[in-house]
This record gives sequence, structure tokens and C-alpha cells, in this order.
Amino acid sequence: MKELLKYTLQLADNALILGHRISEWCGHGPVLEQDIALTNTALDHLGQARSFYQYAAEQFNALPVSEKEHFFTSSAIQSIIKDGKQVDEDDLAYLRDGWDFRNTLLVEQPNKDWAYTIIRSFFYDVFNFFFYTELQKSTDVTLSAIAEKSLKEVTYHLRWSSEWVIRLGDGTDESAQRINEAIANRWQFTGELLTMSEAEKAVATSGIGVDLEKIKTLWKERVAAVFAEANLDVPANGWMHQGGKEGKHSEHLGYILAELQFVQRAYPNMQW
Amino acid sequence: MITAEHIYEWLSTVTDPEVPVLTILDLGIVRDVQVTEENGQTTATIFITPTYSGCPAMDVISMQIRMVLLSKGISKVNIENQLSPAWTTDWMSEEGKRKLNEYGIAPPYRKSTNALGLFEDDNVPCPRCGSDNTELTSQFAATACKSLYKCNSCHEPFEHFKCH
Ligand SMILES: [Zn+2]
Repeated sequence: MKELLKYTLQLADNALILGHRISEWCGHGPVLEQDIALTNTALDHLGQARSFYQYAAEQFNALPVSEKEHFFTSSAIQSIIKDGKQVDEDDLAYLRDGWDFRNTLLVEQPNKDWAYTIIRSFFYDVFNFFFYTELQKSTDVTLSAIAEKSLKEVTYHLRWSSEWVIRLGDGTDESAQRINEAIANRWQFTGELLTMSEAEKAVATSGIGVDLEKIKTLWKERVAAVFAEANLDVPANGWMHQGGKEGKHSEHLGYILAELQFVQRAYPNMQW
Repeated sequence: MITAEHIYEWLSTVTDPEVPVLTILDLGIVRDVQVTEENGQTTATIFITPTYSGCPAMDVISMQIRMVLLSKGISKVNIENQLSPAWTTDWMSEEGKRKLNEYGIAPPYRKSTNALGLFEDDNVPCPRCGSDNTELTSQFAATACKSLYKCNSCHEPFEHFKCH
């Protein structure tokens, strides 16, 4: 089912791009413990991305050639199909073009400073925690197994980012001012997390995917609870960016992919 | 004839590259072993489950399993990754926990089913002096499976194998 493939790719891309963003802190963390926390978290996201890409590759390889040809635009993937070869997890991560990525806009936003990094992780971790909790009940055994495994890891992520939101919000004047600025700028990307794409609607109806309506209230309540503890105000709903799930991205994704994909595009199949 | 018992015995020589006092059996990541024989050729299928999704030790462990079994005369080794049920430290052997403590890493004390509250910390005794007066310094440490603590009695920092 092509909707399931799109859905699997969306989950994989969210994990890969957020993991990549967080990994940009490697060696730059403010103190060693936090550098280690970020790299551990990035590794969890990359591990989750691998599980989803492996499943996506399996689904893609099972499609009839006529459908494969129209699924992705990149010439690198096209030539794999022409050669009659199968794609693998690495091909999906390294050889697709930006418009074939389905991650949400939030996860591709730049790290900027510590407050921006923390708030992006926090908004996403709250979502991810409730999302995986629901996805565990999926009728698709692979998705439910990945969710069951990932949820344990996301529990650490959520705790870490929640503690930092509180520490910054309830800290010094400067930390409060910075986290407030980060919230004001990143809030507009949170609506997309909880707005269902066509692929999400299709798989939710069949019991495979998560009905995001079920977790909307949980997300809001948890964000409000942590913000209350942090002396922070939850912004009014306002206008929200959309499009990432359909492949319409901010300019930032192109730069991430340029860095992430350069070696494989320039030197195909290179290994070390 | 090679049996599953032989295989388990050989697998008990494979250790975790990141926590070398633990064997893969101590860790509980070997979920099942199947052996078949056909025309004098033995095929072994080993079902393993990753500890954490991104644990880089898993690739090394798979390679070590392959090497050990091939060296024992098994013709074909299949390694199957099994994600569900998700790995938990509840599967760690008592012997493994004892070895960890001796090595200076506080073992998991809590059952993973007794979840912590959002901001609750595990009370972890110091593996060096046994004191309960310890505190968490970071939820994350040198590998995904551990957190960092310090002991307020002997003032030594130590790692804790997280209840997972
Ligand atoms: Zn001590």
C-alpha cells in the first residue's frame, strides 16, 4: 500500500532529520554531560530512522516497477530501479531529493542557540511520546514493534527536554528571555505535528496509523503542565506552517541534505 | 551433532564490546537459537534483539557471533533482528548484575515495569563503597545504556546501567 510507504517514510524522515540536527551539537555542547546527552539522543533517533527506512525499503522493493518509477524523482534512485536492483535503508536516506522527504518543518529548523534547540526537542518529544504510545497498538506488526522499542528511548528524551525547559524558564532573566524568544519563534511549527496529512488519514482509518486527534489534547496538556512549572506562558494558537509532510520544506532542509548526502552523491557506494 | 546447547555455550564467549564484563547471554539479547542439519551441513539461526535502537555495538556483536560459530564448524549462520518484545534490563542475568557491580558500574535495581514518575530518580547504591547517599549527575553517559551518578560518601563518580 503506497499510503503506508509514505507514512513509514514520514516517520523515518522525522527521526533522521531531527537526529541529524541534534548531532550537529556533537563536540559543541556547553558541558560534557550535555554534549553526551545530545549525542546519545541523536543516536536513538538515527537508530529509529534505520528501523523505519529498512521497513520502507522492503515496501518499496515490493512495488511493481511501473509504480516504483514514479515514486521518487531523484535520478540516483531512478538508476537503481533501471538496473533492476533493490533499494536499501542507505539509498532512502542518501539518495532522495528534498521534495521526497516527508518530515515535519519543526525538526529541520536550525539549532540556533541552546534555548531553540531545547524547545524544538521538547515540542517534538512530547508529540513523539504520545505518538509512539498509540502506535504500539498499530495493526501493522512492524510499526508496533518499532514503536514499542522507541517509546522507551523517547521517555528519556522527554524527561531531559522537560527538565531543561523548566531550568531555562525558571532560571535567570536571560535564560527566561531566551526560551521565551525560542517559543515565540518555534510555536508556529507545532500545528503541523498534530495536523493529519492524506497519508496519515488513510493509514489511521485502517488501524495502522495513529489518529492524531487522540493525542492532540494530551500534547497540549503536557506542554501546558511543563510550561506552568517553568513560569512560561503557552502562546495563543495562531497561524501554523504546514507542508513538510507533503514534501514542501523550508530552505533549511536543502542545507541539511547537502551535508548529509554529499559523500554518497559524489562518490556513489563509498564505504569506510 | 551440534545442538542449541552447544551454541549457547559458544555464545557465552561473546561479550559486549562496550561493557566487556557482560556476555551477550548476561545481557539477555539472545532471544532464541535454532539449529538445523541437512546433508551434514549445520545451519544456525540466532535471534537477537537490540538493546537501544541506535546501539552501535549491535553490528559488532552480530559479527562476533558469526565469527565464533563459523570457527566452530557451523556452515551457515543467520542472524535475525527481533524488535518485539522490546529488550529490557529485566532480562539481565543475576550473574551479569554481580559482574557489573564488581566492574564499578551500578547494575539496574528496579524492574522496568515499575516506571519512575516524570522527575523521580532511581536510588542507586555506590558500587565502590555501597553508600546510598548518591545523586544523579546526568541521565546519559558514555553509552546509551548508562547514566552518570556521583557518590556523596566516597566522592567518586560512577556509571549506572539504567533500568530500561
Ligand atoms: Zn561511594
